Amino acid sequence: MAAETVSNVVCPLCGCLCDDIEVIVENGKISNVKKACPLGKNKIMGHDRIKAPMIRENGEFKEVSYDDAIEKSAQILAQAKRPLLYGWASLICEAQRKGVELAEEIGALIDTTASVCHGSTVVGVQGRGAPGCTLGEVKNRADLVIYWGCNPQEAHPRHRARYAHSVKGMYRPNGKKDRKVFVIDVRETKTAKVADEFVKIDPGYDYMAFSALRTILAGHADVVPDTVGGVAKEKLVEMVDAMKSCEFGVIFGGMGLTQTRCRYKNLENVISLVDELNAHTKFTLIPMRGHYNVNGSGHTLAWLTGYPFAIDFSRGYAWYNPGETASNDVLLRREVDAMMAIAGDPGAHFPGESLRHMAKIPLIQIDPYANPTTELADVVIPTAISGVEVDGTAYRMDGVPIRTRKVVETEYLTDEEVLERILTRVRELKGGN
Amino acid sequence: MNEVILITGRTIAQGSNLENKMSDAYIDAAARCEMNENLLTRIGASVGDAVKVSTRFGEVVVNAEKDDGLPDGHIFIPMGPWANAIVDPDTGGVGTPAFKGVPANIEKTDEAVLSVKDLIARYREG
Ligand code: SF4
Repeated sequence: MAAETVSNVVCPLCGCLCDDIEVIVENGKISNVKKACPLGKNKIMGHDRIKAPMIRENGEFKEVSYDDAIEKSAQILAQAKRPLLYGWASLICEAQRKGVELAEEIGALIDTTASVCHGSTVVGVQGRGAPGCTLGEVKNRADLVIYWGCNPQEAHPRHRARYAHSVKGMYRPNGKKDRKVFVIDVRETKTAKVADEFVKIDPGYDYMAFSALRTILAGHADVVPDTVGGVAKEKLVEMVDAMKSCEFGVIFGGMGLTQTRCRYKNLENVISLVDELNAHTKFTLIPMRGHYNVNGSGHTLAWLTGYPFAIDFSRGYAWYNPGETASNDVLLRREVDAMMAIAGDPGAHFPGESLRHMAKIPLIQIDPYANPTTELADVVIPTAISGVEVDGTAYRMDGVPIRTRKVVETEYLTDEEVLERILTRVRELKGGN
Repeated sequence: MNEVILITGRTIAQGSNLENKMSDAYIDAAARCEMNENLLTRIGASVGDAVKVSTRFGEVVVNAEKDDGLPDGHIFIPMGPWANAIVDPDTGGVGTPAFKGVPANIEKTDEAVLSVKDLIARYREG
């Protein structure tokens, strides 16, 4: 049987959204994936899916129809006083939009995986602004690239080659030779090993390092101590010189800034640094958004509710206060009485203390694959894979929306269809308003 | 007892098994604790030995691995359910738990590394 090559597929794994992937399809099945990194290739190739919807009875899962699983989910959500709808990263914006409708209907909290990764970045940006640019500008213009608290060699494997380092750009025709790459991290990561310069910093000292860089930039190097967070003052002065003298600089900020001491304050401080650098040259910041369309979840939720994540509809209108209304805030306070995990895996990525509460409440999982969340779930609804079996819109880490492609057909319902059906049934149960 | 600082984060192997978490490959990828040669020697462990990592928030058994890119006194466990058994859940006023920079203790152990199923089952109990 002839094999067909589908080209320019958009990889649905990480925030790079590489849009040059080639997928080989034989007899309606994917037989090979070219150009993707191992992360993307494994996701597109796929493997054992959850076969059918399931409901847990006496501790054991029983396979049921979509109708039964949707009915059970609707009942759980319609009855809940404080439901949480969490995830929304590995699916398309069209499904996220349906999720907001459902959240509003049942007065739920709706939160995304950003709350455990770049939520702090989002809050920092709200406080201080977003000095961003597109990855295309980085590719064509950047001569100074700083990876701070991120390790793209492992988390975004094609990032350097496609957008930021070895790639040849319009004004950087010699690729790597025309750029200088710094890595600032607490350990010598794989990215540190391929950078021009690795600066080791002690865990939790990023805020102070940004303050020191700003102080030096403002001409007050004399008041900076000899070392800041383990970084020698001379090195900081060198960094400021490199930053001031480049033509186009970019800082890629990672979870080394968002999941550590000072959280969003780190972001506010680095954005201030970028702002001040713009008095000397062109400087920008791009958060290394991890999951496929987590950035899109922020955009979709923001244009529908005014807020990008951690939104509480319990008052009948959108209320936003991360620290109070993010998933782990409400789980740790034992406040939630039902939860839906969709296109995100809290079982693997939330602290144990939050899982302890998730184990006690009805948990609905909507996901193509079994994972640690399945172990805690009471209802499991398998769905089609966004970006492989469903097309739609996803946002790249730099905020560029990209139309993703459908590569193969599937018998699974899409996330959007499942949400629509749950929403319809919830409306009926709640009295047809 | 050896006091260390715990960092968690992504790795290629962890990311490659993101949608394959019930597999043995995921245990290999995420139930591991990387540290430098000095620290391995200090706790009397070799690569592949089970080590117990404990924090104020819990304890977990994972396999010791070597990575000399880590400074002395720092350990790295890939993000996932093993790491999350011991990270600091406090959301820092912004909703995000402290997945990095958590004070921990590490020691060699005879206890076994738990599978995803057994690890998660612990949360059902209490
Ligand atoms: S770098 Fe990211 S988007 Fe690109 S192929 Fe790898 S996982 Fe997919």
